[in-house]
Amino acid sequence: MSDCCSTATIEIAPVTRVAGKIQTVALVGPPNSGKSTLFNRLTGLRQKVANYPGVTVEQHYGKMSGVDRGDLTLIDLPGIYSLNTHSEDARVAVSVLRGEMPGAPAPDAVLLVLDSLHLQRQLMLAAPILSLGLPTLVLLNMSDLMETRGGEVDTLALARELGVPVAKISATRGTGLDSIKHFLDQKSGIVKAVAPRLELPVVGNPRSYRQWATGISTRTKYKAPISSAWTHKLDSILLGRITGPLLFLVVVFGVFQVVFSVGLPISNASQEFLNGLGAKVGLLLGNGWIESLLIDGVWKGVSAVLVFLPQILLLFLFIGILEDSGYLARAALIADRVMRPIGLNGKAFIPLLSAYACAVPAIMAARTIENKRDRLATVLVTPFMTCSARLPIYMLMIAAFIPNKKLLGDFFGLQAAVMLGLYALGFLAALMTARILKSSLLKASSAPFILELPQYRVPTLRSLGLRLIDRGKVFTQQAGTVILCVMIVLWVLGHVPFHADLPQSVIGHIGRWIEPIIKPLGFNWKIGIGLLSSVIAREVIVGTLGTLYGADPATQSLNLQAALRHDLTLGGAMALVVFFAFAMQCTSTLAVVRREMNSWKWPLLQFTYMSVLAYLGALATNVLVSHFF
Amino acid sequence: MALSELKIGRTAVIEGLLLPDEIQHHLMHMGFMPETRVQAVRRAPAGDPTVYAVDGMEVALRRETARWISVREPEEGSR
Repeated sequence: MSDCCSTATIEIAPVTRVAGKIQTVALVGPPNSGKSTLFNRLTGLRQKVANYPGVTVEQHYGKMSGVDRGDLTLIDLPGIYSLNTHSEDARVAVSVLRGEMPGAPAPDAVLLVLDSLHLQRQLMLAAPILSLGLPTLVLLNMSDLMETRGGEVDTLALARELGVPVAKISATRGTGLDSIKHFLDQKSGIVKAVAPRLELPVVGNPRSYRQWATGISTRTKYKAPISSAWTHKLDSILLGRITGPLLFLVVVFGVFQVVFSVGLPISNASQEFLNGLGAKVGLLLGNGWIESLLIDGVWKGVSAVLVFLPQILLLFLFIGILEDSGYLARAALIADRVMRPIGLNGKAFIPLLSAYACAVPAIMAARTIENKRDRLATVLVTPFMTCSARLPIYMLMIAAFIPNKKLLGDFFGLQAAVMLGLYALGFLAALMTARILKSSLLKASSAPFILELPQYRVPTLRSLGLRLIDRGKVFTQQAGTVILCVMIVLWVLGHVPFHADLPQSVIGHIGRWIEPIIKPLGFNWKIGIGLLSSVIAREVIVGTLGTLYGADPATQSLNLQAALRHDLTLGGAMALVVFFAFAMQCTSTLAVVRREMNSWKWPLLQFTYMSVLAYLGALATNVLVSHFF
Repeated sequence: MALSELKIGRTAVIEGLLLPDEIQHHLMHMGFMPETRVQAVRRAPAGDPTVYAVDGMEVALRRETARWISVREPEEGSR
């Protein structure tokens, strides 16, 4: 990553570049103007998009095959308000744009994406961008929405004012994209040096840009659309004094309940199906070591993880709806009161929330936080948030040990309550840790909370569908590669030396060796092996347990839930999920923290701290649960 | 008066921002520019932050930030 802090000066005179052929095109625009949605349209790729500012935090590349120009490279950049750079993501955008980013090709042309719902304000960015002197096409995105809400603008006049072509598009619907193709075809010949005959505002200060933008929008007869009436109506309910927090809780409870009441039966049924399938194939393979490796080893392990796919997809569907609709920013607003005494930056909330999917992108999203210490604190506490890799072990233990009792009629059951408790536990651990960090190591004056509330949008099926497909792919790939390899290694270690029973095998010996350490937590040696293997990634433990219980003759005939009940007390089971709530078992997260912080010090500190907390938390849980139940 | 004192539903005109450069620039790019109209739209359920409408956009600010933005209520009849 670029550590070179490009100084925040703006060239006054437009730099003309005598460019040869266009090879690289950059997508530039203010935050949440729809650059990534357009990027996905133009390249056929799938960068993450959502309805809040700051989704994209580093540059992405793609070939423009979506408009039949596979020979051109498109760069998607984080959103910027100006060429002044205060946060890491904006620094990335500006240095790529100026061709100062090592390893990134300097762009030859710019697609400037502006949200036409707020054109007057967004035009302020046009001044510094046009002064770069690159061939530019201005795209007025969301023009369909602007027009249905009674907004209008004279694009021809705007093009005259700016001295560059202007086109109305809708990236979500894919309309108006021909103009981009046309622009590129036209400019692909030898590009003449663009004669700067524009009157751009002189100094790079917001006030002069502002006056310039206001002048232009008046002369082009820009009429701002009326802000959507139902955003207003919805907000008066969703941010209401009583209804706001209440609906916030209903949303959270509802999500968990559906994940259990709809997702769990699907998971259980697919478990039955996959087990049956394994048994049938096993019969065909005969009763040799091949059958043992493939069915008891690999199949039971991999399928134990795979069956949680439906629940994970359901959860992602909900997160997707919340993100795309614009509710996430409102949730941040409601939760600000909770975050404030902790001393965490208000902007930390969105990275923390998105960590419900995975900590890796969330840690990268912390780049939007300007204050270095605040950013570090956010990065350090993010892995406590319950990521989707924790779901398989939570689901498995809850389904096996917690009775399916109703607490609030059909709306909220005991299983969902325990699950919610685990999420709350992770969130509390994050807050407490942040509090400790902020009052000791990372003291800093609190940065202001400035949150843009996007207008509500109905999430498109296309966008939700693409998310689910991508998430499903990642999950099954992980099961097919990492988990598969771990299972094979485990099976081999479980069968060496030959003809030894599982407890006498290498794996049994390792297990017995670590058993004294984990005994106080209520774990047996199989769980211990699971913990060891899950240092790679959290969901591996479910695969490991599937393989170990599958290989053990005593539990071979049982399904995994029954085998666990046979082997663990309620105290041990709850201690295990608490251990997972706190522990840092994810090599990808450690790697990304090292990369973002440029030092091994922080990930090591984080790993040690979280492991100690996990051990103590599990110990306390085992003692308490065994005492009371 | 300070923007934080503006009653919900009322509109005022921004006079100036007394914040560190960095934050001031950020706010100006979001539309908090002198001589611009700003309306206090609603408060978050806990009473703070407050949502302000400025330049067709809704932005939430905490009281601790809004108190450093000075505004004046437009004279009667000028609306």
